[in-house]
Amino acid sequence: MAWRDSRKSRGKLILFIASISLGIGALVGITSFRENLMREVDIQAKNLLGADLSVDGKSPLPDSLFHEFAKLSNAESREVSFASMVLFERSQATRLVEVRALEGEYPYYGEIETLPISGSKDFRTTGQKALVDEKLMLQFDVMIGDSVQVGKMSFEVVGKIQRIPGQSDVGNSVAPVVYIPMAFLEETGLLQKGSRINYTTYFQLDPAIDTTDVYAQSRDIVEAAGFDVDNVEDRKKQTGRAFRDLSSFLELIAFAALLLGCLGVSSSIYVYIKGKIQIVAVLRCMGMQARHAINIYLIQVGIFGFIGAVMGCLIGVAIHLFLPEIAKSFIPFEINPTIYWPAIAAGLVIGVVISILFGLLSLIGLRKVSPLATLRFGFESLKIQLDRPFFLIIFSILFFLYLSMYWQLKDPLNALIYLLILLASLVLLYGLAVALNWLMKRLLPIKMGFVWRQGISNLYRPNNQTVILITTLGLSTTFLAMLFFMQDLLVQRVSISGENERPNTILFDIQTDQKEALKVLTEEYDLPVLQEVPIVTMRLIEINGLNKEMAEEDTTVHFPNWAFNREYRITYRDTLIDSESIIEGRWQGQYNDSKDSLYISVSKGYAENLHLNLGDKLIFNVQGALITTYIGSFRDIDWRRIQTNFLVLFPTGVLEKAPQFHVLITRIDKNKVSARYQQAVVRQFPNISIIDLELILKTLEELLGKIAFVIQFMSVFSIGTGLIVMISAIILSKFQRMRENVLLRTIGASKAQLWKIISAEYFFLGALGAFAGLFLAIIFTSLLGYFVFEFTYVPNGVHVGSIFLLVTMMTVLIGLLNSRSIVRQSPLQILRSEI
Amino acid sequence: MPYILTVADLSKTYVSNNEALTVLSNIDFSIKKGDSVAIIGPSGSGKTTLLGLCAGLDRVTEGTITLNDIVLNTLSEDQLAQMRNQHIGFVFQNFQLIPTLTALENVMVPLELRGTKNATGPAINLLERVGLGDRKNHYPTQLSGGEQQRVAIARAFSNNPEILFADEPTGNLDAETGTYIEELLFEINREKGTTLVIVTHDLDLAKKTDQIVQLKGGKLFQGEI
Repeated sequence: MAWRDSRKSRGKLILFIASISLGIGALVGITSFRENLMREVDIQAKNLLGADLSVDGKSPLPDSLFHEFAKLSNAESREVSFASMVLFERSQATRLVEVRALEGEYPYYGEIETLPISGSKDFRTTGQKALVDEKLMLQFDVMIGDSVQVGKMSFEVVGKIQRIPGQSDVGNSVAPVVYIPMAFLEETGLLQKGSRINYTTYFQLDPAIDTTDVYAQSRDIVEAAGFDVDNVEDRKKQTGRAFRDLSSFLELIAFAALLLGCLGVSSSIYVYIKGKIQIVAVLRCMGMQARHAINIYLIQVGIFGFIGAVMGCLIGVAIHLFLPEIAKSFIPFEINPTIYWPAIAAGLVIGVVISILFGLLSLIGLRKVSPLATLRFGFESLKIQLDRPFFLIIFSILFFLYLSMYWQLKDPLNALIYLLILLASLVLLYGLAVALNWLMKRLLPIKMGFVWRQGISNLYRPNNQTVILITTLGLSTTFLAMLFFMQDLLVQRVSISGENERPNTILFDIQTDQKEALKVLTEEYDLPVLQEVPIVTMRLIEINGLNKEMAEEDTTVHFPNWAFNREYRITYRDTLIDSESIIEGRWQGQYNDSKDSLYISVSKGYAENLHLNLGDKLIFNVQGALITTYIGSFRDIDWRRIQTNFLVLFPTGVLEKAPQFHVLITRIDKNKVSARYQQAVVRQFPNISIIDLELILKTLEELLGKIAFVIQFMSVFSIGTGLIVMISAIILSKFQRMRENVLLRTIGASKAQLWKIISAEYFFLGALGAFAGLFLAIIFTSLLGYFVFEFTYVPNGVHVGSIFLLVTMMTVLIGLLNSRSIVRQSPLQILRSEI
Repeated sequence: MPYILTVADLSKTYVSNNEALTVLSNIDFSIKKGDSVAIIGPSGSGKTTLLGLCAGLDRVTEGTITLNDIVLNTLSEDQLAQMRNQHIGFVFQNFQLIPTLTALENVMVPLELRGTKNATGPAINLLERVGLGDRKNHYPTQLSGGEQQRVAIARAFSNNPEILFADEPTGNLDAETGTYIEELLFEINREKGTTLVIVTHDLDLAKKTDQIVQLKGGKLFQGEI
C-alpha cells in the first residue's frame, strides 16, 4: 500500500530528498575530510618535523646539551633562522624574508622539495648557493642562476622551494624562506647583537632508541636552560590540534546544514502529508486504523529518507574529494582522499532516522483525521497537537541529534555545547522572527500602496510559514554573515589603527653606530622619522625575592613559564607616547640619583599575568649587570597602534650605556619611493630589516580569504538547505496563493501587479530573515570579539549591507521563480473552484 | 436600448490528450444595458463556461463576444484584466474573499487595483449599504456565510461596473439568507443601473430576471423551463 500510494506523488518528495541529501552530504563530507586529514597527520608525522627531535632556542645549543642528544642520534643538523632583508640583484627588488642557514642533512624525513630537484642538495655543498621560495621568485621575476644578496654576501639561486617539511603555502607567504649554507652565515654580517635569531638543532635518532623516553628524560633539563624540545608526537599533536579547530568549525556548519535539512524534511513531509488527508479520510471510512495509515506514510518516509541519505553520501564523497584541493594552501602535506566507510554508514543511519523522526512530527497529525473529512467541502488542515506523543518525538529528536554530534565530535560536553549553541540560535531566531512579524503587522503605515500592503498581508495568510521561514533564512544568514564578520574582526584586530598619518614602515635591528647615518638617509628620501626607539635586551631573574627555581617550588605563587624564560626587549624614555596611558601609580620619566629606588612602568596585562602589584621588586639581568627595579606604575597600551610598545618601560638615566639596538618608524606613501628607499637601506645597512606593514596586511587578508573560502564552500550547504525549506514553504501555501492571485486576476489585476505583490511579499520575508540573521551574527561576532579577541568589533557597513541585499534579493528571486505557475493560472478556475 | 453584451456564433472546444470536447456551440444572444439575465441549465450544460467567456476569463474557439462595444477576442491577457477591472463586477458561489484582508480592505481591492487614491470612503459606503458598516474591520473568517457574500456584493459594486456576473450567488447559503442576498443584489443593481448576469439552478430566481438564457448540452435551448 505504501508503495502504491507513493506512485503518483513521488515527485513531491523531491524537496524532502534534497533536504536530507544536502544535510547528510555536508556531514559525510566533513567527517571524511577530517578523518583523511588526521590519518595523513599520523602517516606524515615524521615528515612534519623532518627529524625525530628538534631543539629550539634564542641562543645556540650548548655543547653539553647537544651531546645529551647527539649520543642517541645518527645524524644532526643545525639551522639558524631570522628575519632579514634580501635584495634580488637583477631586479634590484628588496623583500623581508626568513633566512635559514642550514648545516647538515636535514630533513631526515620528507624533503625540501625544489625545482630543479637537485637544488636542495646542491645549495649546501657547492659554495655560495641559495634556495628561494617559489612564489617569491615568481613575484620578483627571479630566475635560477640569478643572484640574491643576503646581508653582505651574494648567493646564486640554485633552486626554487616548493615545499618545506611541516610548512604550508600560507605559512610561506607570510614569511617566504631563503635557505643559505651555514658556512657563509657569519660572512653575511647579519648576526648582530639584538637580532631576533632562532637556533634549531635537528636530531635523527638511532631507530633502536625510544624517542618518547628520550624526550621525557631530556625535557626538564633542556627547558630549564630555556630551550624548546619538539618530537614527532608533539608535532603531531600541534598539527592535529590546529586542524581539529578548523574541522570543528566546519563540523558546526555541517551540523547547521543538517539541522536546516531537518527543518526541510519536517516542512516537506508536512506538505506531503497534508495532501494525503483526503486519502487517509477515505481509507479510514473503509475501516483502516489511524496507526496503519501512519505506517503507510512512515514506510514511504523511511524509503525516501534512505534514498536521500544515499544521495547525501554521494555528495559527501564528492565534497571530501574536493575539500583537500581547496584547502591545500594551508595544509602542509598532500591529502590522498580515501572513502571513510564509517562516515557513510553513519550518514545512512542519520538520514533514515532523522527522516522518520521528523516525519513522525507531521504524521502523528493523521491520528486526528476524521473519516468525516470525506464529506466535508474544503481543504482540511493537518493539526499537530502538543500532546504526549508529540513531546516524546521531540525528545527523541534532541537525543538523536545529541548522539549524532557526539559521534562526530567524540566529546560529550562539546557535543552538548554544539547542540545547545545551534538550538539557542534557532530559539533566538524564532523569537526574533515572532517579534519582527508582530512589529511589522502593528507598525507598518496603512497609507502604503496596495501592492506593498497586499504583499505584507500575504505574510499573515492562513497556514502561513512566515515565522519558520524567517528563522530558516535567518540561520543561513547568520552563518554566512559570521564568516564575513569574523574576517572583518580578524582584519580589524590586526589592521593599523590611527589617523591617515599612521606609520607604515618599521626598520629594526639598527645598530647604535648606524643610527645617525640611517636618519640622514631617511631624510634624504623626504621621509619623516616618526619614532626612533632604543631597545635593550634583558632577562628577568627575580620577582619579589623569588628566582625561577624558588618560584617553581613555591606553590603559593603562579608565574607563567615565560616570565623567567623570555628575553625582554625594553626601552627607556622620559615621557609616555600617545598609545599608552598610566592607569595606576605614578610615572617617573627620569632617574637622577643612583641611591634612590628605580621605579619602572609595566603594562596592565603583564602585571595581571604575573599577579604584580605596585611597589613589587623585579631584578633584571642586563647582559651581565643586575638592575633592581620597583613597579611604579601600570600602563594601558593600545597594542594595535603602529608604535613600538613595551611590556616594561624604564626611565632615562639608567640604560643609556647598555648594549642596545634601535628601531625607526616612518611612513612611505609611494610604492616607488618605498622600493628605492628599501634598496638604499639594504645596500648601505644589510643587517637592517624593514617591515612593510601594508604588505603584511595584504598578505594576511589573502590568507584569511583562503581559509574563508573553505568555510564559505561548506556554508553553501546550510544556505542550500535553507532555500529548500523556503521552497517547501512556498509550495505549502501554493493553494492559498493561487486562490488569491486568480481572484485578483479575475477582478482586474494585471500580471505586473501580481508580480509586484509577490515580489513585495518575498522582499519583506527576505528582509526580515536577513535582518534577524545579521542581528544574531553581529551579536555573536561582538561576543566573540569581546571574550576571545578582547577587542570591540565594529560591523563593516558595506558587508552588512551587501549580505542584507544578497539574502533579500535571493529570497525574492527564488520566490518569483517558484511563483511562475501561480501567476500563470487561468482566472476561469475561480469559477470552477479547481484550486 | 443599446446592447451591452453581444454573443455571436460562439463555440468553445477543449482539447485534452488529442481529443476535442466541444462544450458550447453556436451560441447567439444579446443583453440590453440595465437588464437582468439568468443563465440556466442542467449540470454540465456549459453555464459556467459561458459566463467565463462573457466575462473575459477565457477565450472563445469560434465566434465573437462584444462587451460594451469592445470585442474581447482581440484583447491580450492584461487588456482583459483591465477591462474586467473597469467594466465588470463578480459575485461567486463560494464568496472568494481574500482571507488576509479585512472586509473593508476586500471591498477596496478593485479600486486600489485601478489606482484610486482614496478608496476607503466609497468602500465604507458600500459596506454600510449592505448592512456591514460595523463589521468593516472583521476578517472573512470572522463573518458568517451570508455576511461574506454581502462583502462580496459590496466588492463587486465597488468599481461601479456596467455589468455584474454572479455565479450561483446563493448556492452556498441557506434559503432565508439566500433570499436576502438575492434581494440585495437586485436592489443595488437597480440603484446603480448595472446589467446583471446570473448563473443559477434556482428557477425562482431566474424568473425574477428580464431575460433567461437556457442551455442544454452546450447549445441554446428554447423550451419550457
